[in-house]
Amino acid sequence: MAELRNREQEVFWFQRRVFIAAAVMLACFVLLAGRFAYLQVIKREHFAALAEANRIDVQPEVPNRGIITDRNGIVLVSNYSAYTLELNPQKIENIDATIDRLATLVDVTARDRRRFKRLLEEFRSAESLPLKSRLSDDEVARVAANRFQLPGVEIKARLFRQYPMGEVASHVIGYIGRINQKEKERIEEQGLAVEYKGSDYIGKSGIELSYEKELRGNSGAVEVEVDASRRVMRQLSRKPSIPGNNLQLSLDIRLQKIAEEAFGDKRGALIAIEPATGDILAFVSKPGYDPNLFVDGIDPQSWEALRDSPDKPMLNRPIQGTYPPGSTYKPFMALMAQELGIRTASQTISDPGFFRLGGGYWRDDKAGGHGLVNLPRSIAVSCDTYYYLLGAELDVDEWSKFMSQFGFGRKTGIDIEGELAGILPTREWKAKRFPKDPKLHVGDQVSLAIGQGFNTFTPLQLAFATATLANRGVAFKPHLVKRIQDVKTGEGRLTQPQPMYTIPLKANHLDAVKEGLQGVVLEGTAATVFKGAKYTSGGKTGTAQVFGLRGGEYVESQVSERLRDHAWYMAYAPLETPQIALAVFVENGGFGAKAAAPIARKVMDAFFDKSLLDAAMKTRADAKVSQ
Amino acid sequence: MIQVIWNKLTDHIDPILFALVTIITVLGLLVLYSAANETMSRVVSQSQKVVIAVIIMFVIANLSPSFIARFAIPMYIAGIILLLGVALGGEVIKGARRWLKLPLIGNIQPSEIMKLAVPLILAWYFDKHEGAISWKNFLVAGLLVAIPFALIVRQPDLGTALLVGACGFFILYLAGLDWRIMIGGAVVAALAFAGAWEFNLLHDYQKERVLTAFDPGRDSQDAGWHTIQAAIAIGSGGLVGKGWLAGTQTHLEFLPEKHTDFIVAVYGEEFGLIGALLLFALYILLIGRCMLIAMRAQSLFGRLIAGTLGLMFFTYTFVNVGMVAGLLPVVGVPLPFVSFGGTAMMTLFVAVGILMSVATHRKLVGS
Repeated sequence: MAELRNREQEVFWFQRRVFIAAAVMLACFVLLAGRFAYLQVIKREHFAALAEANRIDVQPEVPNRGIITDRNGIVLVSNYSAYTLELNPQKIENIDATIDRLATLVDVTARDRRRFKRLLEEFRSAESLPLKSRLSDDEVARVAANRFQLPGVEIKARLFRQYPMGEVASHVIGYIGRINQKEKERIEEQGLAVEYKGSDYIGKSGIELSYEKELRGNSGAVEVEVDASRRVMRQLSRKPSIPGNNLQLSLDIRLQKIAEEAFGDKRGALIAIEPATGDILAFVSKPGYDPNLFVDGIDPQSWEALRDSPDKPMLNRPIQGTYPPGSTYKPFMALMAQELGIRTASQTISDPGFFRLGGGYWRDDKAGGHGLVNLPRSIAVSCDTYYYLLGAELDVDEWSKFMSQFGFGRKTGIDIEGELAGILPTREWKAKRFPKDPKLHVGDQVSLAIGQGFNTFTPLQLAFATATLANRGVAFKPHLVKRIQDVKTGEGRLTQPQPMYTIPLKANHLDAVKEGLQGVVLEGTAATVFKGAKYTSGGKTGTAQVFGLRGGEYVESQVSERLRDHAWYMAYAPLETPQIALAVFVENGGFGAKAAAPIARKVMDAFFDKSLLDAAMKTRADAKVSQ
Repeated sequence: MIQVIWNKLTDHIDPILFALVTIITVLGLLVLYSAANETMSRVVSQSQKVVIAVIIMFVIANLSPSFIARFAIPMYIAGIILLLGVALGGEVIKGARRWLKLPLIGNIQPSEIMKLAVPLILAWYFDKHEGAISWKNFLVAGLLVAIPFALIVRQPDLGTALLVGACGFFILYLAGLDWRIMIGGAVVAALAFAGAWEFNLLHDYQKERVLTAFDPGRDSQDAGWHTIQAAIAIGSGGLVGKGWLAGTQTHLEFLPEKHTDFIVAVYGEEFGLIGALLLFALYILLIGRCMLIAMRAQSLFGRLIAGTLGLMFFTYTFVNVGMVAGLLPVVGVPLPFVSFGGTAMMTLFVAVGILMSVATHRKLVGS
């Protein structure tokens, strides 16, 4: 009995302990339920957002960059799709070893290695840098088969920029390159980060730079669902990229090519403009460079060669080279003299072969002088004395005011960057530039009147002035891009449909100058060069002194090549309704008639003869086949 | 005739316990199917193990508690020997010596045996001394727990050691261990833990787990990653969940260990708070049933073993869910009847078999 009670007592104690345990367990379950309620109700939005961030990845869709063609639709810049071998420096411990390993699979040249090293130095934090582009199908297959041994190595299909013309028009077109830190900051500052998302490249010079906004297009975005290893499971949404606009240049690449060939090994510049529109038909800067070198990063050797060459191939001479205009300035002086009422066309002066003023003495180019000279003849024979007199009589500030209408001394506003203004001297300029000798002397004016001395202009400025003169004062802003074509709508718009302004000029004043310019070609300094031309033209030779040989005799053969005079030629044709106006500049070319005028002749001959133009393209095609 | 066979088969099956375990197991298979990205191989493998486990359960349920008690000593001794074998020549996997490679049987984890061997031997021991249990008995019982506990801690497998230790403690508690000793023991344990922490007796990964439990952000790539992704899965499930097979955390592989220890996060993501509360209710009913069986048991062995197994179910559930929900450190404890894995499933169904044996052999003992 006692035992039974004891047993009952024991069961009672046991049950009490079970109840206590049950209470504790229930409390724990309440705790769990509370925790779940906290996570799933109170913090639901927070965790839902995190879950979405986990699974959704926004990948940029890089737009196609616009194509560039010449005025006739010949492709100058295109894109091609190619496989590239890319390395992620963040994921690779020993880059050299990886490249060595890759070299057993694909052809990695020493140049590829140097180029990659340079890229690596510049873009240390990049996640993908190209080692080699344009892999063959075999190479792609070999790398893909060995990928598991090559962490951080990827094959990517990318669009590449191609410049099929090579050096031809390189200073017009420019090139693209990888976006550097400075450009990245600028993009972010301008709030363009979204438009550039996923893009690695940006225009660096020429039209590629100045029309970056048109060419680049806008990046799109693809929202994808990814798993934990960032593998794409499916596409959720897509905002397509907007391709860049295509550009039609005003350039005629055939004429461009002929012009560049006409230079041979000479350094210099040539700009041909269609006067009635301001279209730049040819824009030569010699020597050029191959923009293809820059596309996936230039190798250090090539870069140093370009940078350090004494020929300065990276200098865009038509807009960045400033030189005294020499005698090509005379037609504009003659026009000004009439407009300011200082000379009439028929008024003559007597040229004894020199000019004396105060203590100064200036020789005419022709010993003994040209005798009696009127305005047209002063241009045709390039009589210096006529202009020495004019220079001494004119007010230099009035003078510069007139000349600036023709674009001298100010930027023309051409649609590529880096243009220099040159110097169109005024009293104020002289005082500022030479504080120790602030006065602009009459002697200075005498020199300026024949285009020597302080004044320096770009070849483009002379071409613009010539075109404006040919167009009887109606000035069009010179432009390289004629039409921008919207890829989506197919609609095009002209970049410069209207003239900028018209210079008020008297018709008879213009005609007198034009008569002089025609005289140059028919019987004057360029008569030999233009003998037998099938078109009428007007032109003017010029020679700009590089080295002041005051009083001394200039003997070309005795002066070192780099110190020789620069040769100029300005021209337009045909006389009645000019279709082409040009300026030719040959660096250290010597006399204008000898060095520059023949180039102008070749270009103008081709311009008026379609068969010559087409022949230029044929040689290119042949050259390509033979490659 | 059919009636006889049916009766014979169901005589020792506790219908309520069986129903609850079945519901939870089927629910587990559904979640497993989702966690396995809608492939059947894991579900089939798990189902096969469940079938075998249920057969074992059936066999054990048909044994009388007193017969089961006879297994206590051999099982305990075998477990200790195997644990010693592990300590001397076990397989090292992930830096811990937990597995023993046996001829014919293959790799086994002896600590798993101890999960049942310890409650069994204690229940047997107290039953043997029924009516005259003194502090000496508790001391012996404590020693019986301490030996395997120490061996498992050394592997190192703190999680399993604590679970084995907890089961031992539950029996001591149910057997009537003095409250003062329990409180004193708790204080000593806390001090021991602090001491172990301070004097670097814990492995770094163990410390790390404890630390990340309180601040998952401290190491988002490793230990904390599990906890963070689990919280995102559960939290983003919301009130009603994303729907079966529709959990993004689960199906895009953000959730680690989703078939095994973290499967409740899959459940929480796809079925939401409502689903979670339902699951908790099922576990509460299951554990409640176990405790009821314990209270109705007629022998001390039956009372102690049933109560302890109920508490063991609770401990596994609470530690697993608490760990996934970020309340407890990450220790490798599966969710009973749900997590993928054969060994745990066997252990659990053996436990259910023992519970059924206790529940259905009452009359024989009571007469």
